[in-house]
Amino acid sequence: MSYIPIKRPKFSFLDRIYVVELAKGLWITLQHLVLSLLGKSRFKKDFNGKGIGVCMPFPEQRWDAHLPSYYRGAPALVRGEDGRERCVSCQLCEFICPARAIRVVPGSVDLSSPTPKQEKAPLEFEIDMLRCIYCGMCQEVCPEQAIFLSNQYLFTLTDRSKAIRTKEDLYRLGGIKKGLVNKWNQYK
Amino acid sequence: MSFEQPILPKDAAAAEGKVNVQINGTWYRFPKGTRIADACNSVGVHVPCFCYHPKLSVAGSCRMCLVEQGMPPRLAPGATPTYNEDGYQTIQWMPRAVVACANTVAENMGIRTNGTVCTQARRAVLEFLLTNHPLDCPICDQAGECKLQEYTADYGSPTHRFTEAKIKKGKHIEIGPRVNLDQERCVLCRRCVRFMKEIVGEEVLGVVGRGGHNAIACYPGKTLDSNYSMNVVDICPVGAMTSRDFRFRMRVWFLKSTPTIDVNCGTGTNIFVWSREQQVYRITPRQNDEVNSCWMPDDHRLNYKYINSERRLLTPLMKTDAQAPQRAAAWEPVIKAVAEQLRLCSPAQTAFIVSARLTNEELFLAGNLARLLGVEALDIVPRHDEADDMLISSDRNPNSVGAQIVLHKDGSTLDNIRRSIKLGKIRNLVVLGEDVTAEAGISAGQLAKLDYLLVVDHTESATTEAADVVLPGVTFAEKYGTMVNVAGRIQRLSRAIAPLGGARADWEILAALLRECCGDLPEAAAHATSAQKVLDVMAKQIKELNGVSWLSVGNQGQQIIDTGVSIPLIERERARK
Repeated sequence: MSYIPIKRPKFSFLDRIYVVELAKGLWITLQHLVLSLLGKSRFKKDFNGKGIGVCMPFPEQRWDAHLPSYYRGAPALVRGEDGRERCVSCQLCEFICPARAIRVVPGSVDLSSPTPKQEKAPLEFEIDMLRCIYCGMCQEVCPEQAIFLSNQYLFTLTDRSKAIRTKEDLYRLGGIKKGLVNKWNQYK
Repeated sequence: MSFEQPILPKDAAAAEGKVNVQINGTWYRFPKGTRIADACNSVGVHVPCFCYHPKLSVAGSCRMCLVEQGMPPRLAPGATPTYNEDGYQTIQWMPRAVVACANTVAENMGIRTNGTVCTQARRAVLEFLLTNHPLDCPICDQAGECKLQEYTADYGSPTHRFTEAKIKKGKHIEIGPRVNLDQERCVLCRRCVRFMKEIVGEEVLGVVGRGGHNAIACYPGKTLDSNYSMNVVDICPVGAMTSRDFRFRMRVWFLKSTPTIDVNCGTGTNIFVWSREQQVYRITPRQNDEVNSCWMPDDHRLNYKYINSERRLLTPLMKTDAQAPQRAAAWEPVIKAVAEQLRLCSPAQTAFIVSARLTNEELFLAGNLARLLGVEALDIVPRHDEADDMLISSDRNPNSVGAQIVLHKDGSTLDNIRRSIKLGKIRNLVVLGEDVTAEAGISAGQLAKLDYLLVVDHTESATTEAADVVLPGVTFAEKYGTMVNVAGRIQRLSRAIAPLGGARADWEILAALLRECCGDLPEAAAHATSAQKVLDVMAKQIKELNGVSWLSVGNQGQQIIDTGVSIPLIERERARK
């Protein structure tokens, strides 16, 4: 069998009655309550917060600087440092997408390209942003590290047809990703 | 009270010509000479195989089917065998595994596939096969139906230990007009080599190089250009041989496979139609040992592009006036207008030209319609071409035997109809599923002179252009029905995709016309709500089809008459056994 069984942690009696964990959670809540009542909430300075707690005046002030690295915004395609389109149109993202937002039309790589061994690249790659639910399954399933969820969360559509992002749109949004995927190297 | 000697299982089995075999602890009986792999698979114990194919000779080269085997102990001279209370001898297990494809079962044999010996052997074989495998599954067309992927997931090791550089071999080699070869992906099972040698009879492929540099290649000066070359794509367990037509078009896990039959010739090759969302992507053969074994010819396999062609008719077209152009119209008014027009036509001046590419049900309804209108002139368009002494029949109509059974027509009166049209005796023509300007030899000029021309077809042609009314029918992939092949076997067509656009299944169009024309006549077939129900009506009325139903035909077909015609490839396969 080609899988490795994972050993599950064994929970003690205290863990299983979860009263202790409940108390820990409540303690965090209590800390935040006291801090905000004292006017010392987190990010208060960054957001020019006034009074008790923080009120962020959006869109003048935005979350952007505080977005975590794992933030799940709009999905985008990336190129490698060598400028290679990383996507090989294996269509696993299309398969896994629970909202069926992704459409891929596979195509061939030109034999004169620097990586002819890759053989396959998308002819068309479309994501319907009205369907996308930002779950990140596409990123997780991608065997080529070609699709990532960007930190773009703010886009307003004036037309439904504009919700469908084409391959060009997705590469523009994704840009270049650091780190080399050396798989399709001619000598590899 | 007499004491009867109990019959031992070995004697009971021998009386039936069988042997007792223990597989994973359970005793079974198999006919003598059964291969261990076949025996195990037949009782649901899966034995993985790369090189073994039931229609080809045994190579025993991939070593994937290793199983643990045991036999009763060899007796000392003069000793008698001892039996346990169930009547079997004890099994002594061999310390090493044996191949299940090249060994046959024997009396009191034991097979184990779940022990350590077998598990470790499979894991080791897969590890060796994967040492030089390129692991380019994301770009491999075989991914999803690849035996190497499946077996690695089922029996392989979760980690790999090979850190050396992999051996480079040829990739993306065009070894034939329709087949691509990737030598790195190959597991050297040599199924393709044996297929070309044993089934096609052309020695085109061979193995070159030594050790890790072993690779499949064509003999110098030869290419894989046989009309059966794409069968190597089907039998290749990995992605070494891939179809150039299907290359990078769709991943197989998106495709739905529908069991149906091929309509390019009278053999009626059993096929799967692979489709996704109203688009047909490929056709592969389906095993039927009475019709096509596991194979099909390439030109039939690739003749599916007309299904999704731009030239498909998607809406009924009607001329409101003889000189006016054809205009799109709605179904119900068109059917009413056509029925009215057909009733007005003088039966003596009307002819039906039907296609033997239609199903039995459609031919039956067309025959009923002609009879109801009193039309005598009705025939099919015969199509003959060279047979290839394999699977392609000289009869290029898929259902000419069906036309014989249902309509008693074989195309012999077509000449009369053609002459009458030329002489102007026939003024009205109904054409079902044919381009009569091609094989039937009626010129476009003659069609233009007709008073009324009704055409039911799926694709634009010179005939549909000349028609007064065009009713869009469907291709074989969009309808249910039955056809009878040249050997007299009735087989089912199944719907892979829904009718495109506004097209309707031909039987549906004919039933609607019949309902409109017959008025209050109780025509049972006209009121049938499905092709299957039309078949039920036919089974009652036609002698040859007595007792035939959609279920009795099944996916493997049913022999209904003996035409005396046999399929050469099947004959040869039987002779080999």
